[in-house]
Amino acid sequence: MEKISIEICLGTTCFVMGASKLQELETLIPAKYKELVDIKAATCLDLCKNTAYMKAPFVKVDGEVVSEATVEKILKIIESKING
Amino acid sequence: MDNQSNTTHLKREVLVRLVKAYLKNDLGKAVDKIPFEMRPKNAEVPFRCCIHKERAILRQRAIASLGHSVENDDEITMLSEYAQKAAEREKPDEDILTVVETACKGCVPSRVYVTDLCQGCVARPCVSACSFGAIEIKNGKSVIDGEKCRNCGKCMQVCPYSAIVKLKVPCEDACPVNAITKNEAGHAEIDFDKCISCGACVGACPFAAVHEKSQVFDILKQIHANKKVIAMVAPAIVGQLPVSVNKIAQGLIKIGFSEVYEVAQGADVTARTEAKDFQERMERGDEFMTTSCCAAYNELVEKHVTGLKPFRSETRTPMHYTAKIVKEEHPDAITVFVGPCVAKRKEAQKDEYTDFVINFEEMGALFVAFDVELAELEDYQFANEASKEGRNFAITGGVAESVKVASKDFTEIFPTCVDGLNPKSVREMKTWAKNGQCPLGNLVEVMACPGGCVGGSACLNNKRITTKKIHEYADASQNINDLETTNNK
Repeated sequence: MEKISIEICLGTTCFVMGASKLQELETLIPAKYKELVDIKAATCLDLCKNTAYMKAPFVKVDGEVVSEATVEKILKIIESKING
Repeated sequence: MDNQSNTTHLKREVLVRLVKAYLKNDLGKAVDKIPFEMRPKNAEVPFRCCIHKERAILRQRAIASLGHSVENDDEITMLSEYAQKAAEREKPDEDILTVVETACKGCVPSRVYVTDLCQGCVARPCVSACSFGAIEIKNGKSVIDGEKCRNCGKCMQVCPYSAIVKLKVPCEDACPVNAITKNEAGHAEIDFDKCISCGACVGACPFAAVHEKSQVFDILKQIHANKKVIAMVAPAIVGQLPVSVNKIAQGLIKIGFSEVYEVAQGADVTARTEAKDFQERMERGDEFMTTSCCAAYNELVEKHVTGLKPFRSETRTPMHYTAKIVKEEHPDAITVFVGPCVAKRKEAQKDEYTDFVINFEEMGALFVAFDVELAELEDYQFANEASKEGRNFAITGGVAESVKVASKDFTEIFPTCVDGLNPKSVREMKTWAKNGQCPLGNLVEVMACPGGCVGGSACLNNKRITTKKIHEYADASQNINDLETTNNK
């Protein structure tokens, strides 16, 4: 199975609006899923300029945009992807 | 602060919207609409009982962000009128904090409480442990008589089922000096005669009901009047955003500041002055000396532990020295301290060289509102160098270390740190003042926030990360004594 790609936007808007907390995703992810995901920090994904800023922070999971992302939200998505 | 992402998000979004309205030159209807745009018709109600309450709270958060006291809100005045008043005022209010009443849940008073887990056991250790006869068995379960209970907690310790708990009021629990209590209406109220501006309540309230009164609009007004507004960034700024400190500084230039100074430069002056002060005190036979750079600690000494006054260094703070340097180099400048700290607002009011204060959260909101993407900016070059020791001031132990290094040949230094003000550490300091000695060392560094300034209530990044980044930045800098030699050449 291909790894699930997680891109966390660490652009200024995302970071101020909450991505600082998303940096902890790597340490909070359950051990059994660690091998199955690929977490990367991204520079500004330009999403804040296209939509209203209150949707930040943004994360892309397998290319799909998750707005107002939180660690819990991302973990749920990972879980549903793995468990189908 | 860590683990409060929902609440910080709300605060920052309100401020971003206000600044955007200001930039569009629209402090009228656009401002009045903010609570409605953040919670439009049929929107989800994420936190409170209904959409109307959410809007009412957002409105009061906006009042605080505009620099006004929510306590004086009559609930009739429109946000646009508050914005107008903010634009017209000459200087910010004296009281720097405000309680957003509608956001304050009015937690139940702090008390010891028997939960459903009580098994009504035969041994009844809670009854026998209570020295005040406050526990009786009713309907087979322990019941505490609130009139007799003194909240000592002995019953909690002896219950074999852990069925007895202490209900806390987070703001009261966090305050090291009992300055925040619930008023008759059940809402938190700050006694500013007692308050030392440490910001512990700001970080502790899970409803984010305690707000700093922002000076952002006072500063924007100066910038837009084409004044020379100079930012002085606290050493804790390093690592607050995921770019270099030079890019953060360039971001401030984008917003309209004319120059940026590192407060670490003033920290070098503090370290050298304090080293001299320390040596003199030790040579005349003093038992110990405390540092004097933490603004909340200074207020604590003035208001609650006056016995420590003779032991506190006379040295001024890094903010003061930096602002003095700025005003000497640019007599026409308006100086703005940028830091993680509530107490600096209070200190700035008394400081002859510092005009305004914004915190890191407000700086972040400004970047968002101005559409500044820091990673794309060039590096700002600071005009002056600061030392490794000065740049480490924001981390617990950094100040004491700087004094030690700056003391050069004077080696009779035994540093110790008070890492965070709380009821316990305040009690301990009172005994040092009373006995005239400190058993832990002769140079006592006091930091109101655990971890140092990196633990301040308005930080944007986790203190574990910022501590690491500050160390990296400092390690690449010159030693304070070498820097002095370079500068004198």
